[in-house]
Amino acid sequence: MGRKLLLEHANIEGIASYDVYRKNGGYRSVEKALKTMTPDEVVEEVKKSGLRGRGGAGFPTGMKWSFLAKPEGVPRYLLCNADESEPGTFKDRYLMEKIPHLLIEGMITSSFALGANQSYIYIRGEYMYVLRILEKAIAEAYANGWLGKNILGSGYNLDLAVSPGAGAYICGEETALIESLEGKRGNPRIKPPFPAVKGLWGCPTVVNNVETIAAVVPIVNDGGDEYAKIGIGKSTGTKLISASGNIRKPGVYEIELGISVDEFLNSEEWCGGMKNGKRLKACVPGGSSVPILPHFLVTKTAAGEDRLMSYESLADGGFATGSMLGSGGFIVYDEDQCIVRNTWNFTRFYHHESCGQCSPCREGTGWMEKVLHRLEYGHGKMEDIDLLWDIQRKIEGNTICPLGDAAAWPVAAAIRHFREEFEWHVNEPQACMQRNYGLVAEKVFAPASV
Amino acid sequence: MSAETTHSQIAFPQETLAEVNRILGLFPEDNKKSALLRVLHIAQAEFGWLDVPVMDYVARLLHINPVEVYEVATFYSMYDTKPVGKVKLEVCRTGPCMIEGAEKIVKYIEDKLGIKDGETTADGVFTLKTVECLGACGYAPMLQAGEQFHEHLTEEKVDALIEKYRANPRANYMGM
Ligand SMILES: Cc1cc2nc3c(=O)[nH]c(=O)nc-3n(C[C@H](O)[C@H](O)[C@H](O)COP(=O)(O)O)c2cc1C
Ligand code: SF4
Ligand code: FES
Repeated sequence: MGRKLLLEHANIEGIASYDVYRKNGGYRSVEKALKTMTPDEVVEEVKKSGLRGRGGAGFPTGMKWSFLAKPEGVPRYLLCNADESEPGTFKDRYLMEKIPHLLIEGMITSSFALGANQSYIYIRGEYMYVLRILEKAIAEAYANGWLGKNILGSGYNLDLAVSPGAGAYICGEETALIESLEGKRGNPRIKPPFPAVKGLWGCPTVVNNVETIAAVVPIVNDGGDEYAKIGIGKSTGTKLISASGNIRKPGVYEIELGISVDEFLNSEEWCGGMKNGKRLKACVPGGSSVPILPHFLVTKTAAGEDRLMSYESLADGGFATGSMLGSGGFIVYDEDQCIVRNTWNFTRFYHHESCGQCSPCREGTGWMEKVLHRLEYGHGKMEDIDLLWDIQRKIEGNTICPLGDAAAWPVAAAIRHFREEFEWHVNEPQACMQRNYGLVAEKVFAPASV
Repeated sequence: MSAETTHSQIAFPQETLAEVNRILGLFPEDNKKSALLRVLHIAQAEFGWLDVPVMDYVARLLHINPVEVYEVATFYSMYDTKPVGKVKLEVCRTGPCMIEGAEKIVKYIEDKLGIKDGETTADGVFTLKTVECLGACGYAPMLQAGEQFHEHLTEEKVDALIEKYRANPRANYMGM
């Protein structure tokens, strides 16, 4: 059994209520921070912990916090990103539903560290029932003196509220989130200025993922050094993984970073191996935006080393033979799944979710969706594969926000690793409507050409 | 928009207005517009869908221009600016749900209710809509009805939930 820092108490009866949460050690981090530490000392512990943002990009949280501008007399805001819309990702919902007070506690301790007196949790509109759970927990926290004026007699004031989105993946992007929280369309802003300087209502703002903020609780309780002992290298601590697809035991798991992918995928403690005795075909290890890995690169790197569940190991080999930990949305495909269909499905998603501000993203995703659709339905031409390659290359890096990249990478990776399967769809337009291609053959890489 | 489907008498009941005021109170004095998304959810729950008079009413409540409301109502996929059934069955069709049989579930509902994706049953109870990932990928296939998640769907489960909502279309709303 690995150590659990976030979900340790998740299965205790009644843990969603204040009393049970408090009895199990809840709100200790707030007591410790407000009574014995300065805000900068809390930031220092987070820096020492090596915690990296759990929303997808993996940016060091302590460093992000230290970038926050602190002009005199201007309010600062902490926003929690609970938009969770990356396909394959459902961990934040689990955490908020099971232990809502852990997030509230993390918000209080983190807001104190940043000197924010008003903080918000922005949650996707489809999670309305979770919003109600959070509002109940917030009301309990107010009633017990953890929120409001002069918390624990420390002189520190904090108000916390939840606000919903209304169905838009793009609002997970931090500047789109801010726009949406201001009551506008979720159009990402051009950066700079960064939210750390000009965010919500033009004030300095930090946006962090639900899991990132929850992790601040054990970091403050046990110290950043203790947290950093867990994990491997620059991948410290534990990580929530949302496991889905053709595995025996899909669900949300908390792992110590650095366990092997093989163990995560195949042991009884986690995914429990492939369902129905099927063979592994591919895996998207970090949510729909990250490159797909063919079966022979899932548990091993191209160099033949064990692939680990860590930021570095999953990225080993770059995009030629690696992928990313991303949001921890671990999607597993068995030999019966069609890569062309899956790529078309994901591309349709990005096209649907593009906010439409930049033409490479708006037009490119639509174009890719059309080409993938005709390939999947047996009307594709061989040139279409190169066309797709060309379009995705023209999107990547040429847009206001990273949604463009997120749409381009899955297409590039699918072609890079599964080109034969795309070609088969062109060569066998009838057969591809009746059966699937099967497994990809192992091959030797020539990364230079891609 | 026909006369029957347009909301002519627009006003929240007293307790809903109290809830709107509570939500306005969550934001600083100059930034009440931030309540817009939440208030539109409430308006949609109250009136079924967002027609122009409803959006104009919301604009008056928040002291903003009607166009600021229209912009938002048409951007976000959860808002209906056309009439829909009392219960929306929103089936996730994205990758992880697709590989666990979402397409079959959609087909089953289409056949059972005699409607296609995006359509509403003649009795006005059900609208079927395919949507993108709802954060339940490990419990696929799934659909959302109102605020309720229905996961690990089978044909039997679909039968049961359709029966439940036919009997009580409001069973999917948990409150405001
Ligand atoms: C299109 C897009 C969608 C995103 N969706 C989410 C999301 O749902 N949740 C999230 O925490 N971060 C999401 N992010 C990342 C955020 O922009 C931001 O980096 C993150 O919330 C920072 O928090 P962290 O440092 O704690 O990870 C998204 C980014 C992009 C470009
Ligand atoms: S990249 Fe796409 S989603 Fe991002 S701002 Fe441009 S059009 Fe909008
Ligand atoms: S893919 Fe259907 S809920 Fe995520």
